[in-house]
Amino acid sequence: MTQSFDHPLEITGTPPPMVSFRNVCKAYGSLVVLDNLNLDINAGEMVSIIGPSGSGKTTVLRMLMTLEQINGGVIYVDGKPLTHMPKHGKLVPANQRHLRQRRVDIGMCFQHFNLFPHMTALENCMEGPVQVLGMRKPEARARCEELLEMVGMIDKKDQHPSRLSGGQQQRVAIARALAMRPKVMLFDEVTSALDPEVIGEVTEVIRKLVSEHNLTMLMVTHQMGFARDISDRVCFFYGGKIEEQGPPSQIFGNPERERTQQFLSAVREAI
Amino acid sequence: MTIVEFLSTYWPRLLTGTGVTIVQFFLAAFLGVAISLVMGLLKLSPNRMLRGFAISYIEFFRGTSLLVQLFWIFYVLPLFGVSIDKFTAGYVAVGMNIGGYGAELVRGGILSVRKGQWEAALAINLSPAKRMWRIILPQALVNMLPAWGNLMIELLKATALVALISVPDLMFEARQINGSTFLSAQVFGTALVIYYLLARFMITPFMRWLERFMARKLGMV
Amino acid sequence: MFDWKWDFVWEIMPRLLVATGNTLLAAGAGYAIAIVLGLVFALAQRGPSRLLAFVVRELVEFIRSTPLLLQVFFVFFVGPQFGIRLSPWTSGMIAIGLHYACYLSEVYRGGIESVPRGQWEASTALNMSTIQTYRRVIIPQAIPSSLTGMGNYLVGIFKDTPMLSVIGVAELVHTANAIGSEHYRFLEPLTLVGLIFLAISLPAAGLIRLLEGYVRRKLGM
Repeated sequence: MTQSFDHPLEITGTPPPMVSFRNVCKAYGSLVVLDNLNLDINAGEMVSIIGPSGSGKTTVLRMLMTLEQINGGVIYVDGKPLTHMPKHGKLVPANQRHLRQRRVDIGMCFQHFNLFPHMTALENCMEGPVQVLGMRKPEARARCEELLEMVGMIDKKDQHPSRLSGGQQQRVAIARALAMRPKVMLFDEVTSALDPEVIGEVTEVIRKLVSEHNLTMLMVTHQMGFARDISDRVCFFYGGKIEEQGPPSQIFGNPERERTQQFLSAVREAI
Repeated sequence: MTIVEFLSTYWPRLLTGTGVTIVQFFLAAFLGVAISLVMGLLKLSPNRMLRGFAISYIEFFRGTSLLVQLFWIFYVLPLFGVSIDKFTAGYVAVGMNIGGYGAELVRGGILSVRKGQWEAALAINLSPAKRMWRIILPQALVNMLPAWGNLMIELLKATALVALISVPDLMFEARQINGSTFLSAQVFGTALVIYYLLARFMITPFMRWLERFMARKLGMV
Repeated sequence: MFDWKWDFVWEIMPRLLVATGNTLLAAGAGYAIAIVLGLVFALAQRGPSRLLAFVVRELVEFIRSTPLLLQVFFVFFVGPQFGIRLSPWTSGMIAIGLHYACYLSEVYRGGIESVPRGQWEASTALNMSTIQTYRRVIIPQAIPSSLTGMGNYLVGIFKDTPMLSVIGVAELVHTANAIGSEHYRFLEPLTLVGLIFLAISLPAAGLIRLLEGYVRRKLGM
């Protein structure tokens, strides 16, 4: 996959899109996962990604978190390149140092929480602020206790993850990501590994984030009702491409594409 | 000569021998753990030179006999101008040998930590060194401690070989006493029992305690 | 390398090759004993007699926790004290075979325990006897998971044969020492012995891994 497009060193605009995928390609060997993806997400926007499994949804988030390398195109965050860096007036693939500098803008929550099992809830949250941002411990503690309060986990702050339910662990994971004050938050199927009765406590926290904070959020989910309620925009992925996107009312109420209709009716039948 | 008479005559020598064995054990363990950590990490390094160095080290020390390594360090190294006394040669050889085996345990322990932990550590933007030191290694340690319990027993057994370069450990004293008295059943039997007691009632309980302690300390019960 | 004498190497090579043969013979014979005796130990620990199981369990623990070197001395010297004379080879084979039988019994035990309980229940439902169940159902399934351990201990027994040098078994290290003291040169014989060990144990380890994969595929697992 060659880079046949000229990508700017910076995206201008007032304000520039918070996240911008430009001609992004991703393949594992001969299996193409994402095919020439173009997607802009504005500051403060909540975008949900839906689609059948294997459609490349999760890959979009993992590339943005720099967990996966891309094979073509450029990803910009806040107008500046993430996957590349400028050198002699051209964009070249980013080195580790550049990635570390640019990753500060992005936070992520995982399907399986991935809390650090050897740290308490509070220590999990403080790890990033203290070790990465170099914050003093009392200051970091205050910030993290505030966040744990917000996700409703303050009374469990000294518990290790093994003592917490899935829903509780996921709420701590959200606080941990927020403690880094990212500009963009990524939610990768955060309710998929949860028992049905605790899904609500996690979605409640995300709702609260949407209504009270001006974060840019990108969410992969299988919960159509939730996506419909809180998203500004919904992207339906199919076969490594955006098949259809638009406001939730359009995607869920009046989808234009046949594949979207098929997918949604299949999902509704399952319920 | 009954066993009681035997013990009342020879206990001071067996005791000093046991003392030397214990000192050799601790020094070799210290060296072995340090080497294991370094070589285990190097074997996972993205740098091919470092990885190659670690692989050579591990394959060399696991591929040849400890006795050969011990003799080589003691008899051959001086020919290259590196002269070390027998006491040092003893625990250095044992420690370096155990380090080769321990390196594989460290590597296995690190690889046993779930992939999500690496990803979460990256997602909060920890530096590669901090990811390893603060997130991965503590979990790897808990995972690999049970295997270390067995390796520590192997280490104790391995220290017996230093007697063959005349380090006056328990094995050495037993052989000396046997040579002068030919009370083989008594002396070798007693030495076997002492090694067994050290392994079963000191090393094993300590390692079990350490497993529980670390699991509790890290809240991973 | 300085002072390395190639003509000396060629001079001693025939003796070292004969010794290599002896080393392989000792390892092979010891392993054969260990394979059979190990199975006896493993089954005795699962047998109907609680007392026998307890005694065997403790014996295995004892032998596993004490140095092979000391056991070699014990077997060699204790016999004559009671009027039984054993040749170096015989005592060596008893000691090393018994030592590794204990390791292998643990490998077998692990393998047998890894067979799911449902297999026992299904055999009972078919009204098979205990022996039939072991022979037809359990052991065939236990073999694949035991292979890694069995392979590792085959290489292990090979690397432990130098311990037999102390009672005069003319294997590699014994021969190298003899050459060394005859010619006052240890550099070449000891280095060559190390290289011979590497040259055998590294390919052997690789070969065992291949064999493992083959057996697993053959058994459809």
